[in-house]
Amino acid sequence: MRHLLSLRTTDTADIRRILETAVAFKEILERPVKKTPTLRGRSVVTLFYEPSTRTRTSFELAAKIMSAEAVNITVAQSSVTKGESFKDTLLTLQSLTADCLVLRHPSSGAAELASRYVRVPVINAGDGCHEHPTQALLDILTIWEHKVVGREDDTYPRALSGEHAFDLTGLTVAIVGDVAHSRVARSNVWGLTRLGATVRWVGPSTLIPADANRLPISVYNDLREGLRDADVVMALRLQTERMEQGLLPSLREYARYWCVTADALKCAKPNALVMHPGPMNRGVEISSEVADGGGGIRAVMGSQVTNGVAVRMACLYLLMGSGIAQSEVRE
Amino acid sequence: MTHERTPDRLILAGGRIVDPSQSLDRVGDLVMENGRITQILPPGTGGAGVVRNVEGKLVTPGLIDLHVHLREPGFEYKEDIESGTRAAAAGGFTAVCCMPNTNPPIDTASTVRYILERAQEVGAARVYPVAAVTRGMGASQLSEMADLKAAGAVAVSDDAFPIQNAETMRRAMEYCAQLGLVLMTHNEEKSLTEGGAMNEGYTATILGLRGMPRVAEDIAAARNIFLAALTGCRLHLLHMSTAGTVRLLQRAKCEGMPVTGETAPHYWCLTDAACEGFNTNAKMNPPLRTDADVAAIIHALADGTIDAIATDHAPHAAHEKDQEFDRAPFGVIGLETAFALTYTHLVQRGILSLSSAIEKLSTGPARILGLPGGTLAPGAPADVAVFDLQEEWTVAPDEFRSKSANSPFLGQKLIGRAVFTVLGGRIVEV
Repeated sequence: MRHLLSLRTTDTADIRRILETAVAFKEILERPVKKTPTLRGRSVVTLFYEPSTRTRTSFELAAKIMSAEAVNITVAQSSVTKGESFKDTLLTLQSLTADCLVLRHPSSGAAELASRYVRVPVINAGDGCHEHPTQALLDILTIWEHKVVGREDDTYPRALSGEHAFDLTGLTVAIVGDVAHSRVARSNVWGLTRLGATVRWVGPSTLIPADANRLPISVYNDLREGLRDADVVMALRLQTERMEQGLLPSLREYARYWCVTADALKCAKPNALVMHPGPMNRGVEISSEVADGGGGIRAVMGSQVTNGVAVRMACLYLLMGSGIAQSEVRE
Repeated sequence: MTHERTPDRLILAGGRIVDPSQSLDRVGDLVMENGRITQILPPGTGGAGVVRNVEGKLVTPGLIDLHVHLREPGFEYKEDIESGTRAAAAGGFTAVCCMPNTNPPIDTASTVRYILERAQEVGAARVYPVAAVTRGMGASQLSEMADLKAAGAVAVSDDAFPIQNAETMRRAMEYCAQLGLVLMTHNEEKSLTEGGAMNEGYTATILGLRGMPRVAEDIAAARNIFLAALTGCRLHLLHMSTAGTVRLLQRAKCEGMPVTGETAPHYWCLTDAACEGFNTNAKMNPPLRTDADVAAIIHALADGTIDAIATDHAPHAAHEKDQEFDRAPFGVIGLETAFALTYTHLVQRGILSLSSAIEKLSTGPARILGLPGGTLAPGAPADVAVFDLQEEWTVAPDEFRSKSANSPFLGQKLIGRAVFTVLGGRIVEV
């Protein structure tokens, strides 16, 4: 693994290796002194062409815990339109001798493009509507922790390494909402299905992309049908501009038919996990009651955020820190 | 190009002469005198003059491309008339029709004259300007089409800026009809493709790119055919890419309408899967479509529904294509690969006979616009292409005569390549 650009193009073995490493790093996050010298002397540049708080902070924290320098560059959209091409920005950064580039960009494929210009590993922190691989990896880790490790059935494989590591066979994950514009939904499809989970996309047909039925998923327009017997329910953020684009009649109607509420969750399995990549629109794609995990609902957004740091530590470590990664460089 | 004097008598000796306009396929000597074709004689009997031995080679009417962006004036960093016509000659083309989206656009007689003069000075192929339908391709006020025609425009089109307003299109067609001008349309209902970067479908979905649905082409083609029926305008459908547009053209022809259509090699060689890896060299408009569309295009070439193969040669500089996929411009070059792609993918696979392939690339286009050429009949201009059908070659970015290298076929092995062309009785080495 030379870069982390998309889960679709990442080997399943590499997905397992990142998760395995993340589990090891999680232990560090539980220590009172959260600092290791792992990446001392290394520097990570986070280049963000879109506003983001949690993803950028998560990467910065991951770098700092491992003693790497983290430099953030937030490029305002205005200066992009003023002139400097993406390529030139990348070549400038390259000359600043960073050891790893973490990129968030509004254009699908930007991370892949960047990987052609810079010599250092590129981590895709979200490109357009394409992929957001570290988000899916943290989602997978969260699902595995809550649905596999915590399971009472002792015969279930919980291996951390080998062919069956992080096996999610038998689990059904319903991703609900604006999947058409969601890079999180796409990355999750590839990651989850590679590990054996069944994935559903649930939402109004105007928010389901063309030919979705050719992906390894099932599509549901009806929320309750889509949630039926699901082990995990993942709600996606709805951007209000979808109304202006004529894709939805109103927030009101959307919330009425597709909001993940306590009532709708009754269709899912008891103990179903509720997830959200954040930031949430309470009362739109997820009800406040569900978001707060009231009434026995297992909302695990907190775990997702913590696991995000562990997963990003693992990615940084494997791509720039470990001898293993260097010796297994694949172009 | 060569600046030598045109020889009084030029003989291409001993080649396999294929001329679809005369249903001719035989080995012989092609004789040209004073820039015109005079006769085809048995091999070895061509007589005196400048003799070029072309034994074992294919001799055809010079190819004619109805759809080329030469970029001059205004975008000479992408291509100019000299480099574009050199690319044409390297592909076996002796004539190209150039689209009006230059700067200034070809919407005044003086720009038409400028292009014709430049082509006269530096052209390695004939250049036939296609003028804009509306001023500045702004889709509101009609351009001075009578004047443009008088200055030498062979057809009109707003190609890349398709007229969305049906009333404007109707009046443009009425105006063209009285002038006997062919109106060429890029068929795209823009409200369905806004922000789109590639064909709508599986690949766009997994890449997270905004799609352009096939019906956007079908709807616009249908509207344009209906308006052509109303106005009696001679309509030519540019770069057809969908099964739907093929069906519409077929139906219009069955009804006896004077509608013609062209497609380009990328629409039968590639599908939207070529955009994988965010390959901006596979980004053009209309976009690469699906397997079903490729099958329909191939079928329509074989059954004659599609009249011509054009290239939509659209050069862009490397820095323009080296961008985020959604920001990169639409367009691919095609002049230097069109013949080989036709020969390799259609003739060798038995879809088109060699003669009908040549027909789609020369006689067919000439007929559509009533251009001279596309034939080796006595009296025709001595515009000839000579190909080596044995040559296997690999498409390489540094070998193009075009200033740009934005081809989706880089690295592909193809068979068949132009050796030289004859333009008005004068040899143009490639």
